[in-house]
Amino acid sequence: MKNKYSIFSLIKNAFSQHENWKQAWGDPEPKREYEAIIIGGGGHGLATAYYLAKKHNMRNIAVLEKGWIGGGNTGRNTTIIRSNYLWDASAGLYDHALKIWENLSQELNYNIMFSQRGVMNLAHNLQDVRDLKRRTHANRLNGIDAVWLNTDQVKEFCPIINTSPDIRYPVLGGTLQRRAGTARHDAVAWGYARGADKMGVDIIQNCEVKGVKRNGDQVEGVETSKGFIKTKKIGVVAAGHSSVIANMAGLKLPLESKPLQALVSEPVKPIIDTVVMSNAVHAYVSQSDKGELVIGAGTDAYVSYTQRGSHDVVEGTLKAILELYPIFSRMKMLRQWGGIVDICPDASPIISKTNIKGLYFNCGWGTGGFKATPGSGDLFAHTIANDEPHKLNAAFNLNRFVSGDLVDEHGAAAVAH
Amino acid sequence: MFLINCPYCGERDQSEFSCGGEAHIVRPKQPTELSDDQWAEYLFMRKNIKGVQFERWNHAHGCRKWFNMVRDTSNDKIHAVYKMGEKPPVE
Repeated sequence: MKNKYSIFSLIKNAFSQHENWKQAWGDPEPKREYEAIIIGGGGHGLATAYYLAKKHNMRNIAVLEKGWIGGGNTGRNTTIIRSNYLWDASAGLYDHALKIWENLSQELNYNIMFSQRGVMNLAHNLQDVRDLKRRTHANRLNGIDAVWLNTDQVKEFCPIINTSPDIRYPVLGGTLQRRAGTARHDAVAWGYARGADKMGVDIIQNCEVKGVKRNGDQVEGVETSKGFIKTKKIGVVAAGHSSVIANMAGLKLPLESKPLQALVSEPVKPIIDTVVMSNAVHAYVSQSDKGELVIGAGTDAYVSYTQRGSHDVVEGTLKAILELYPIFSRMKMLRQWGGIVDICPDASPIISKTNIKGLYFNCGWGTGGFKATPGSGDLFAHTIANDEPHKLNAAFNLNRFVSGDLVDEHGAAAVAH
Repeated sequence: MFLINCPYCGERDQSEFSCGGEAHIVRPKQPTELSDDQWAEYLFMRKNIKGVQFERWNHAHGCRKWFNMVRDTSNDKIHAVYKMGEKPPVE
């Protein structure tokens, strides 16, 4: 591989004060025609392009991004990766992704800082206990590591949690997936962009799609802010804006786009070395390598594309955080932001063909898409290249809303949606 | 986060309200006659517009009455509020 990153390239560049590093990916102008176009340059879109080029030998393709790559939800999430989902279809999908994560830094020759620090899900009432125990059993039947921890074991695993029985939502136990963890979200986008660019994929930033051109039931190209681009295959990976693109093609999707918020604190010394999520009180927390607490809040309960979110949602989350972790009561929050998530009625994603030929959608990831990035890209590339789903994403088709064969993770997944 | 002018109570904080989603989706008159595609359309498919959208809201922590609202989802600006059964305002 040209420009391979290694200890030797690091030493070599140190002699020139690190001023001569080559640009990791290019800035090309769009060609007039491509074999396939991916709309959306986030992690999922770039991964799709990477696997299309790598596994399906489609090199004449482009990724169109209206802003800068990784500037949407890829750069706005709380970077949690896990695969402890209840249903077989979901377990297959998310564990496929987790297995790719485990080797991704080596594969991309780019340090994505994947850290298997474990993800713990807390139970606060009897129903939580039953649901989470059921889920650990389901996980283990699907070959996914999961263990049940009682209150003392939770305390031992993460000593700063308040396990006192007299709090509003006492900790009755929890589940732990040790293979789960976090990764550096920007690096995932950058690593895939660099890998795709090396194989000849055009990554075109600041190029907004304004229209989708159809000839009957076949797509013919996209109208963009940089002119018309011809193509026979369009893969839409536009997250919160999926419906906007669908409307351009005259298609309706079962999605609602809502702001999901997260916030980080001032950086402090290492205090929490895992990820702790709580479904019932909707708060989850981890600590970044910089030392900031990374806190995930909930979604606003109405459609909005504002990338802001409401204060009452943050307030509710912080109340829960403070009750579970009294040690954080004097921490100052540094930044708060929102990303627009596209939520499906069954809280499972759509990786699917449509009834328009050459138009594919990868959307509906809702509040939990980051963890699936590599698997989503791999399976979506397979779907686009073969015009047919892979067996791992066959259940996540658009037709399930007609047939009624939903993948109902709503409330069954490890965190509230 | 914004203020909503409830047609019954006046201006209140949005956190007092709950959103019932897209408005003017008519319940099928003959449910037994519907095909699977039509059911999917009625139950699941949404316009999910970025821009001016018609939606239903409920003053859940107030008068508990339902009403309709015209809101721009790209900036959360509210254009109009009108009661159930009233004709939607023309833009």
